[in-house]
Amino acid sequence: MLSKPAEMHIPDGFLSVGVSIALWIVALIFIAISLRKVNQTLGERQVPLMGVLAACIFAGQMLNFTVAGGTSGHLMGAALATILIGPWASILVMTCVVGAQALLFQDGGLLALGGNIVNMGIIGSFVSYGIFTVIKRLAGERRVGVFLSGFTAGWTSIVVAALAVALQLAASGTTTANIAVPTMGVVHMLIGIGEGLITVGALSVVYAARRDLVTGDAPAKGGNRGLVIGGVLIAVLLAVASPLASAFPDGLEWVAEQQGFLDKAQGPAFELFPDYVVPGIQNEALATIAAGLLGMLIVLGAASALAWSRRKRATPSV
Amino acid sequence: MHLHYLDPYQPRDSVVHALDARIKLSLAVAFILVVALMPMGAWALYALLLALSLSVIVLSELGVGPVLKRSVLALPFVLAAAPLLITGGLPTLVTLPIGGGIPISAPGAARFASIAIKSWLSLQMAIVLASATSFPQLLLAMRALRVPKLFVATFGLMWRYLFVLADETQRMLRARAARSGVSGEPGRKVGGSVIWRARVAGAMAGSLFLRAIERGDRIYLAMASRGYDGEIRSFPMPVIPRAQWVVLFAAFFVLALLLGLSLVF
Repeated sequence: MLSKPAEMHIPDGFLSVGVSIALWIVALIFIAISLRKVNQTLGERQVPLMGVLAACIFAGQMLNFTVAGGTSGHLMGAALATILIGPWASILVMTCVVGAQALLFQDGGLLALGGNIVNMGIIGSFVSYGIFTVIKRLAGERRVGVFLSGFTAGWTSIVVAALAVALQLAASGTTTANIAVPTMGVVHMLIGIGEGLITVGALSVVYAARRDLVTGDAPAKGGNRGLVIGGVLIAVLLAVASPLASAFPDGLEWVAEQQGFLDKAQGPAFELFPDYVVPGIQNEALATIAAGLLGMLIVLGAASALAWSRRKRATPSV
Repeated sequence: MHLHYLDPYQPRDSVVHALDARIKLSLAVAFILVVALMPMGAWALYALLLALSLSVIVLSELGVGPVLKRSVLALPFVLAAAPLLITGGLPTLVTLPIGGGIPISAPGAARFASIAIKSWLSLQMAIVLASATSFPQLLLAMRALRVPKLFVATFGLMWRYLFVLADETQRMLRARAARSGVSGEPGRKVGGSVIWRARVAGAMAGSLFLRAIERGDRIYLAMASRGYDGEIRSFPMPVIPRAQWVVLFAAFFVLALLLGLSLVF
């Protein structure tokens, strides 16, 4: 596989349909806004520049360094992209990267793609933008300030995105918040260090060669004060909400149950066909066996159809 | 270009390859949606869905073995659902003899298995879609599904230059390996501290980024000199043959039938 960054790509089957659709809607809204914003600043240069930068982040995720015991650190890239090209362009670039990973390499599901775009693209970009801007302003435009804010932005983007993943999984009823949030949080607090260090290393090169890209004023990259506040707010909200959710998992479980309304909707159907269910397990086992037999017939049919079509294809050429 | 092996597309002469990409993409998404809508523990329906996906794999001539082998690669994520095994509630299935005994909940185990199976089924279809559809065809399908033109163009350009930049990345990695000492003596510490190694990887990412920006400028100039003015012009969509419409509706009917069964059953 091309890339194996932090296990943050949610596959299909782990998010409930309700959560998936809600995240898709959020993703689509922000993709539409960033398409317009980036088009305003870049115009006709948008397509080539964004395309190549997306390829760069995609390829850059191959860069790794050994940590210890066979593990290695990787780059996700949302923080680096945000610092260098601004939050809106970064959302676009990360959407391309995450989309290609799902569509072509099955890194993350198709139905879950909306969630993965939200976590790695949108949350990752906004959070790193907010954190980077705030800390850089506090530390001043000195070299140290840039690197310190770069490290924190990289680290935070990973940790906050991981918390978002844990909350989404818990809201889907796929896991329980009081276990998932601390585990995902702690693991990604370690992984985030690698992201932060790589981000600093990259910034130091860019700082030496093209200082204008790092210290360039925010408006040119399409950012503003509102975005800074928004980004920091997302980070703080998720950082506060996750421990709360893990301490009081009932809230998320309630969401999960609401999401599972389709499971629930079966209740009446069961009552409509009481005979169907009363014999219980025996009937269910029979149904499963019947389904298995039918399934085998279907596959057999497909195989013979293939064999038949192959023979038909072979005949004219002989 | 050494990295063409990255491309998941595997050309075959199969009926699945011959299907229009728009139909393939809609059917794959519909299948994954139906799988997601299946209730937990509907084993009989899972068996039927597995039969469907296996049939598609067989018909796609990609080889059942290779596809199934790829489809288990992403399964480690199932660990994320592991807490369900303990917190799923009564009755208890078995008690693991670890520590003071960890009770495994029966409903939790059923839920865990359902999630794993559903994820696996979705993955199979996604693999077939990526392996049986060439990238230009996928772009066409995205355009037909009303993805904004600008985004489709960016996506296409990314794919075009991914191979170039991935090559560049590999050259960088090779250069680093060539300049890094490796000791045959086991247990001997090699290279600098972890922080130093991380910063080297970071510096590589930084120079990759700078090269990409420069390349982007060059590509833009090249495009502009050939008449590019920000407007994406593309061929009209090819017509979908009637037989393929039949396939589409038949498949939708089967999926709807399974969905209906899941409500009754």
